[in-house]
Amino acid sequence: MIALFLRDLKLSVRAGGGAMIGVLFFMTVVAVVPFGVGPDLNLLSRIGPAMLWIGALLASLLGLDRLFQAEREDGSLDLLLMQETPLLMTVFVKCAAHWAATGLPLVIASPLLGLFMNMNELAIGATMLTLLAGTPAITLIGAVGAAVAVALPRGGLLVSILVLPLAVPVLIFGVSAVYAAIEDPAPFLPPFMILMAITLFFAVIGPVAAAAALRHSAD
Amino acid sequence: MSENSLAIRKFSDLANPTRFLALADRVLFWFAAATVLFFAVGLWLSFTTEGDYQQGETVRIMYVHVPAAWLSMMCYTVMAISALGTLVWRHPLADVSAKAAAPIGACFTFLALVTGSLWGKPMWGAWWVWDARLTSVFVLFLMYLGLIALNRAMDDPARSARVSAVLVLVGFVNIPIIKFSVEWWNTLHQPASVLRLDGPTIDPEFLWPLLVMAVAFTLLFFTLHIAAMRNEIWRRRVTSLRRQAVRNAGREAQGL
Repeated sequence: MIALFLRDLKLSVRAGGGAMIGVLFFMTVVAVVPFGVGPDLNLLSRIGPAMLWIGALLASLLGLDRLFQAEREDGSLDLLLMQETPLLMTVFVKCAAHWAATGLPLVIASPLLGLFMNMNELAIGATMLTLLAGTPAITLIGAVGAAVAVALPRGGLLVSILVLPLAVPVLIFGVSAVYAAIEDPAPFLPPFMILMAITLFFAVIGPVAAAAALRHSAD
Repeated sequence: MSENSLAIRKFSDLANPTRFLALADRVLFWFAAATVLFFAVGLWLSFTTEGDYQQGETVRIMYVHVPAAWLSMMCYTVMAISALGTLVWRHPLADVSAKAAAPIGACFTFLALVTGSLWGKPMWGAWWVWDARLTSVFVLFLMYLGLIALNRAMDDPARSARVSAVLVLVGFVNIPIIKFSVEWWNTLHQPASVLRLDGPTIDPEFLWPLLVMAVAFTLLFFTLHIAAMRNEIWRRRVTSLRRQAVRNAGREAQGL
């Protein structure tokens, strides 16, 4: 399992893996926002956390369709299916590796972008923390979409359409936790707890459903 | 235990598509007739009962909006049960049922969203509000569209059925969220007033037309669903017959 984790991590970090492209996309999306809404610093600092979250959501959708498709193309997916270790664990480890390669860089890049958006230290810290808790959920939900669309030749867009509605709660509670941290009266913990509960919930549901879909889409 | 296995055996009698088609032929007319009857009574009731003292005539929108919203959730539940049938019991008609229900559910959800928005403009002063109930129903609508897109994208019906069944079951998380969204969060949308433990809190003047319309909508759903399932079975038969014909033609051409 550790070998699989390292293998996936290496594959996605090295050339052709496209893990860094996600971070670049994230930066580009966030950098485009000031052109759209104007360079008003007060407005930017107010919508900054929301923009970072939307950017992170879109960026983590970007690489999802490759989660199982590269394995299917070179045939190693069949080997993973026939392994003695439960497919559930394999899927979970693959999700973890995918998150470490694409989700974690987003979290690390978010403070820098927070500075661009004129956010204060508290807001940056809260955004980082919620992204750290919330992006695994997006990856785990995305694993279901990726497994469902694995047999399709051009599944990329379809994966995004299937995954986005399910990822809406993550976005809602992530952003509301950040705003609760910045604005005094609202407590920070309840939305943050719900966010973590969503992540844990999909850590159970996601691999089960993705494993079932992978089994059924193999011929 | 024995009862349970008997029930499944009974239900699995429907697995034969020919038997299902015969049943559908017999049942469909009565369902359609009952639908027309209930719609006639329901519409007559909804247009002749008095308007609300506060909402005026707009209260009549409710007689379409509420049944459509119920149906949008019931249709997804039917799809989820069919998905279980596909994955657990490998019922051959379950995937036909799930596939046929998706467009109907999308239509009902769309109807609920449109009528709700028409009612919201005079009552709330806005076409659309991002509160929990409206957002979760909108998410349901998007999920219906995504499932239809997924079904269209795959040509092998057996495989697409099993794969989309997984997705239907994952998406079922949304149904309790829709149902309880008005109680968990402070929403602009009013809480449930008909299906409550302590009895309906709605005036009988409005309750009767609403219930009749709900029955009419449910009958409409089953009529459309059975008809759509019949069409889907026929469509699959036509496809396989065509494939057979092409194969035969190819064989003849080789023989010559």
